[in-house]
Amino acid sequence: MDLTGFPILSVIIFLPLAAGLLILVMPATKTGWVNGLATTVGAVDLVLALLLYFSYDQVAAGYQFIEKMPWVPQLGISYHVGVDGFSLPMVILGALVVLCGALVSWNVDDRPREFFAFLMFLGTSILGVFASLDLFQLFFFFEIAVFPKYLMIVLWGYPKTRNYGGMKLTIYLFVGSMMALFGVLVIYFKSGLNTFDLLALDQVSFAPELQRWLFPFVFLGFAILGGIFPFHSWAPDGHVAAPTAVSMMLAGVEMKVGAFAALRAGIMLLPEGAQYWQTAILILATINVVYGALIALVQTDFKYVIGFSSVSHMGLVLIGMATLTKQGLLGAGMQMFSHGIMTALFFAIVGMVYDRAHTRELSALGGLGRKMPWAAFGFIVAGLVSMGMPGFSGFTAEFPIFVGAWQVAPWVAIIGILGVIVTAGYILLVIRRVFFGELPPALEKVSDVSRKDKFVIALLSSLMVALGIFPALLSDLISTGVAYILALVGAG
Amino acid sequence: MMTWVLAHLITLILFSPLVVGLVLWFIPVRQVKAIRWVTLAGTLIPFFLALAAWARFDSASPAFQFIEQVPWYISLNASYHVGVDGISLTMVLLTTLLMPLAILTSFNITEKTRTYMQLFLLLETAMLGVFVALDLLLFFVFWEVGLVPMYFLIAAWGGKNRNYASLKFILFTMGGSLGLLLATQMMGMLTGSFDLSVVTEKWLALEGGTLFGLPLKTITFWAFVIAFAVKVPVWPFHTWLPDAHTEAPTAGSMILAGVLLKLGAYGFIRLVLPLFPAESQAFAPWLAALSVAAIVMGALGAWGQSDFKRLVAYSSINHMGFVVLAVAAAGAAAGTPDAHIAMNGAVLQMVAHGLSSAGMFFLVGAIYERTHTRDLNELGGLYAQLPVYGSVLTFIAMASLGLPGLAGFMAEFQIVRGTWPVFMGATAIALVGLFFTGAYILKALKLTLHGPLPERWKKLTDLNVRELVVVSPLMALSLWIGLWPAGIMSLFNLTVAALF
Repeated sequence: MDLTGFPILSVIIFLPLAAGLLILVMPATKTGWVNGLATTVGAVDLVLALLLYFSYDQVAAGYQFIEKMPWVPQLGISYHVGVDGFSLPMVILGALVVLCGALVSWNVDDRPREFFAFLMFLGTSILGVFASLDLFQLFFFFEIAVFPKYLMIVLWGYPKTRNYGGMKLTIYLFVGSMMALFGVLVIYFKSGLNTFDLLALDQVSFAPELQRWLFPFVFLGFAILGGIFPFHSWAPDGHVAAPTAVSMMLAGVEMKVGAFAALRAGIMLLPEGAQYWQTAILILATINVVYGALIALVQTDFKYVIGFSSVSHMGLVLIGMATLTKQGLLGAGMQMFSHGIMTALFFAIVGMVYDRAHTRELSALGGLGRKMPWAAFGFIVAGLVSMGMPGFSGFTAEFPIFVGAWQVAPWVAIIGILGVIVTAGYILLVIRRVFFGELPPALEKVSDVSRKDKFVIALLSSLMVALGIFPALLSDLISTGVAYILALVGAG
Repeated sequence: MMTWVLAHLITLILFSPLVVGLVLWFIPVRQVKAIRWVTLAGTLIPFFLALAAWARFDSASPAFQFIEQVPWYISLNASYHVGVDGISLTMVLLTTLLMPLAILTSFNITEKTRTYMQLFLLLETAMLGVFVALDLLLFFVFWEVGLVPMYFLIAAWGGKNRNYASLKFILFTMGGSLGLLLATQMMGMLTGSFDLSVVTEKWLALEGGTLFGLPLKTITFWAFVIAFAVKVPVWPFHTWLPDAHTEAPTAGSMILAGVLLKLGAYGFIRLVLPLFPAESQAFAPWLAALSVAAIVMGALGAWGQSDFKRLVAYSSINHMGFVVLAVAAAGAAAGTPDAHIAMNGAVLQMVAHGLSSAGMFFLVGAIYERTHTRDLNELGGLYAQLPVYGSVLTFIAMASLGLPGLAGFMAEFQIVRGTWPVFMGATAIALVGLFFTGAYILKALKLTLHGPLPERWKKLTDLNVRELVVVSPLMALSLWIGLWPAGIMSLFNLTVAALF
């Protein structure tokens, strides 16, 4: 399909924003309109993102669907978007999670207008980061997410911890942003090009000395949002305090935004710095994997288990990136997508269970498989993905990461693999405690999930199975993006 | 049509159970009868296709046949590459034969029947996949996927202690295969491919190499060995097995003992010996010692049980020990007639044990269903009350014991003949273990069938037609192989000769 002249990326990015503004002026009583519009926009965005997928020319590779126009020309800032093989799957992921987040939120009855409007704003900021080809614009989209995120957590979050969780998340991310902003500005000034154009900056060879001291600012600044150890503790608290749709967005996509930005602005602009700090990142990320899994093992709160599992899985993404190898980067891309849909489904199901059982204490749950068979099925599929079970997307994503790790640091593969067995332990325990065994009398009246919930479960589960059986659906595309990254890293 | 079927024979065998499993979703949960019969039909399809493959198989050639190769994970250079040689076709035949029998056994499952049957069908595809995979990554995929259905079968349809047993089963076997996973990644990285023939060629050509100061190939060898040893299981990695067997539903135990344990042995034959000839030779005495420990301890362990099912479970450790003993001898004396004879015996033992252990577990299940106890001390004198059951149990028990004329004898005799010149001491001890085998089997027979019949068992009914249909093929095949081993050995003899 010929998309020449149609600003498809801009439409994808700004459609949610427009919808959010429209929702704010809708009559407060018409909640059906609000929900309907948000869901429709999510669906349209997903269709457009799939259109990108099918129209992207894998042979030509590189950035495509580029749009560029001056924004602040005095400073060399432009509105510049485009996607390559690495970022295109992230755009699909963003649209997918926006849609699923809207679908599972139909039962939000507290100020639904504002809720859905903010959800839409969050969508725009996420999609904007993935498609940015301008460093300033990337940072801009990265930052504006704070506003809907914070408000949604403190207004609609879990009453007991929402203030703490929301504040902690915001402060952590602000610290990260400050570091990243400093790095971005140094890059801008030192390049001497008077531009924020990423494609131009990609080609600049910064002095090795500069790269070495600057890299931690840029990489860590962004990677805090990716949950890198020891700056990960905002993630479980934030995820748990957030309402379901926001947890899905935070863990499913926002953490990928952090990792993606760390790769795009950190590794790709400062390749020599990345090589210099490689071992350090590998150590931190390996701690993420094993420590996150161990902490998840001892949680007694259903949602915290999943919160810490995200910390563990994001470690694998960071390992893949830090290997700077073909397979490792491919695996990182695959894992970002796979973990995105997996954890979105996890949080969606945790929300479904909480809405019905009104508790997340694992000791108070049990036997829900009989009452909510769809939720049990979806959770088991996501659990198998989480365990890296072959036949599911987790395996096809993690396997190349480990192959990459073998090439640069065998100890990372050997220690990291321990995370897999611990993950199997906590996932199977949680599945048993929540969905099998005796049904507590208090849960006798629990109802089955809604039809929209079933749709979300079916959609995300089938994607995870499809990617597990046919990894080439994404891997060929991502490989083309990896080739560009490797060209930069090799040139560094 | 016919040519198309022949060109995709292995794929059809492999995925027909899975497809039937998906079809079951379209049958309403309450139509239990329809679900049962469709599942049975679904397991008969691969059985007949496997028979067709046997008929078409050129056993005069040791090469892989019915090969299919399609690119799969292109970025990693892994492909969907399947095919069978004499050894793997034998295992495919065993698997596809035991599955319909296991499904027939499961006709009494009334709780969540559809999911149960779906899990069994998924399990069949996974097990068959291991036997036909010619790509290391594909092998691992099927190897690991089989754990999932077995875990849920034990966890949801198992006995009282199922939670503990199922978690122990999956964590032990997953933990055991971590090394295999790491080794697979590393070998893929070093050889740039996962295709078994390419990996083998490049891996054998690889000289030296160290990992943390230790020889790379030795570490990799042990990673493979441990993964497969857990599955077989070899002492001291066996402790998951009695628990898993005892708690699994009857059909689950049949497949667990009949096929799943063979996956481990098959791993030794397909991967360990061809990929690590030097290490297999160097560490053969260790492997022989472990297998003898499994033979003796398995037999003693079985002797000490008062739970009928646990007794049979330990007997599997005892019998599978002989397969590993043969593998050790083949590693030590590769290329000699002794290795050839031992490995012929090992493959035959896999078949013989598949038949007899499935039969034993079936019969334990049959008696449990009637009495709701597995405690041998509560049983007794049942021969008078259940003459057919008693005769069948005696027959299968004799097959398990290694009575001449039945399959087990032919297999164990060849193993012992092959290993004697290589590991005389170990073989001698193994023969002592064989004596204990006789002891525990006779003990089980005595405590169930003979002695006074307790009053409360006087209303028990004998085996019904369905149960006889399950058990008669196992008896007939045991007898056939015992009397005419060449009938099946002609299928794999040449492959074994070419490999070892």
